[in-house]
Amino acid sequence: MSDPLQITPDPWQSLNQFTAARIALGRAGMSLPTQACLDFQLAHALARDAVNIPLDFTELAGRLAANGIDSLTLQSQAENQRLYLQRPDLGRLLSPSSQKCLKNHALSPADAVVVVADGLSSTAIAHHAGPFLNLLLPELQNNNYQIPPVCLVKHGRVAVGDAIAEAFTARLCIVLIGERPGLSSPDSMGIYFTYQAKSGLSTDADRNCISNIHHNGLSYAQALKKLLFLIAEAEKLELSGVNLKDETTETELENLPPLRNFLLAHR
Amino acid sequence: MYKTQLAGVAYDFRSLRNLMAKASPARSGDYLAGVAAANNLERVAAQWVLADVPLKQFLTEALVPYESDEVTRLIIDSHDRQAFAPVSHLTVGDFRNWLLSDQTNTETLAAIAAGLTPEMVAAVSKIMRVQDLILVAKKCHVVTRFRGTIGLADRLSTRLQPNHPTDHPAGIAASILDGLLYGCGDAVIGINPATDNLEATTRLLHLLNDVIERYQIPTQACVLAHVTTTMKAMEQGAPVDLVFQSIAGTQKANDSFGVNLAMLQEAQAMALNLNRGTVGDNCMYFETGQGSALSANAHEGLDQQTCEARAYAVARQFKPLLVNTVVGFIGPEYLYDGKQIIRAGLEDHFCGKLLGLPMGCDVCYTNHAEADQDDMDILLTQFAVAGGTFIMGVPGADDVMLNYQSTSFHDALYVRQVLGLRPAPEFEQWLQQHQIFNADNQLMRQGIPALFGGTGILPANGSK
Repeated sequence: MSDPLQITPDPWQSLNQFTAARIALGRAGMSLPTQACLDFQLAHALARDAVNIPLDFTELAGRLAANGIDSLTLQSQAENQRLYLQRPDLGRLLSPSSQKCLKNHALSPADAVVVVADGLSSTAIAHHAGPFLNLLLPELQNNNYQIPPVCLVKHGRVAVGDAIAEAFTARLCIVLIGERPGLSSPDSMGIYFTYQAKSGLSTDADRNCISNIHHNGLSYAQALKKLLFLIAEAEKLELSGVNLKDETTETELENLPPLRNFLLAHR
Repeated sequence: MYKTQLAGVAYDFRSLRNLMAKASPARSGDYLAGVAAANNLERVAAQWVLADVPLKQFLTEALVPYESDEVTRLIIDSHDRQAFAPVSHLTVGDFRNWLLSDQTNTETLAAIAAGLTPEMVAAVSKIMRVQDLILVAKKCHVVTRFRGTIGLADRLSTRLQPNHPTDHPAGIAASILDGLLYGCGDAVIGINPATDNLEATTRLLHLLNDVIERYQIPTQACVLAHVTTTMKAMEQGAPVDLVFQSIAGTQKANDSFGVNLAMLQEAQAMALNLNRGTVGDNCMYFETGQGSALSANAHEGLDQQTCEARAYAVARQFKPLLVNTVVGFIGPEYLYDGKQIIRAGLEDHFCGKLLGLPMGCDVCYTNHAEADQDDMDILLTQFAVAGGTFIMGVPGADDVMLNYQSTSFHDALYVRQVLGLRPAPEFEQWLQQHQIFNADNQLMRQGIPALFGGTGILPANGSK
């Protein structure tokens, strides 16, 4: 796939050190060489599969149970994937049977609920939810929080957590969800935190988001640090959302290289 | 009014707004909004009724109330009755025939543009097939100028989009160089900043200005920050070529974007005052997209395509250099699959061109839409056949900051090659002068042109 007679390479591949963008791909005629073309198809295939291959909830619940984590499996009103993608409103509501199931479990009030929704990337949840919960739940227990079983929601959007928090009369709502996959990050997980979540009333402005959790993005430890900071601040201020600022620092930003570039270097 | 009986079923669509929505070709956003036709028969019944509506009706029956919506007021108050006269006797159905007729040419269409309202062009688009949208749009020529001339016949321009997840200057520069060496960037070199604040925006504005000045590139720069950020940057003396803003077709949706007509007017005046264009003074860059009003819960009961066309009335007011419909960015709850994205892109181009706008298209999709590169190739090709003004150029079609797929530098070369399309003349000359393109506008270099200092410009590995 690299016959030099047919491919014109780009002699600026060293610029790849500055960006993950697909630069210096070379060309066959005016078009993408075969390798670059198939690289793209591979990345797209992983992203599409992350969206479309259903999360194995039984396997996930089993894995959590093996680590001593109780869970409940619930479902949104989006009955299938096609409906889920086209009707975000239905993904925010629990199905009638799930509502009933919650009622049976929500016998005593809780401080915090932890919700795991497949969202737009089943691979994100399959890869990251278990390990992250192993770190998160002991921290919440250290706070002496009453926590009901982790609620796993099929075809869920972020706001589906609001109804769950209400059912348990919990102050804190923590939703782990698969983010819309990019070509370079098919398994990115996000965390949405809402204080005093109200079903149908809480909006994006009431939530704090910790995004981009995957192996080449934010680490579990960094995400946990941010989340615990937000929880502590929210308990003090009695709010979450735009008025609650994440003041934890990001080591990547502190290590930014000098603000100059080679196109404007003096020669 | 708005009643019919079809295949034994009686329909009463009650209002023009409802009729427009029911006549709209199927797309997920209209179902989400609850305004779409319930089935195919209802849709075609609405199309029959819509075809009989006189164009004049759109001047008396506002789809969003005049009193409560400044976009409606702009549309009605700026309507040019004299320009409208040649088509004022037509129904929507007759108007389609008139647009397609041999007698209707570039000059006729330019002459009536100011007499058309967004709702009229949205209405006729709903009863047009893809080939109709292409054929009529191809007749429209809209030429705009800043440092280059955009929109001349048989030209296709590109926005070089060198985004980087942390706005890293060297990362952005790497994508700029890659794009320039592939012949991209004549419409604009435009960065979506990862952080929309004054400091980051100003830094990027200087970066782009310095690159354009040092290499004497006949193009214009833009940092796609919120208009208020750009205004602050201008106040502080930052080098602003084009003022960017996302706009929508209702006052409520524009409110949710934090903009209004007066603010855009003020921004345009500030940019004009800088007088940075060399061949013209079109200094605004707008982006739009079907579904944006609904996503802000501000669609006012309109279907998303009509809402989109109304955004073009806002754009038209400020004589932009570029208008870009970011068609597949919004996601499958508004445009579900390749089929819906393709048609929407061609509708937007048609409506914008008929209203006199320099329409580009971000031929794009997200990974949760039922679309792939083949769908984008179809839209890209059809858009260029329709005479589209510009497309995006993103390295390898993969925007690593916004996490979606657009068109690549290679895609631009492909479509220019198969359709014989050239870059803007000033930029074309620059490309040929520096031996990036040959006289036939084919890539010619084996290395890095002397302009950039040859391979000497490349930093050693690990030198960041």
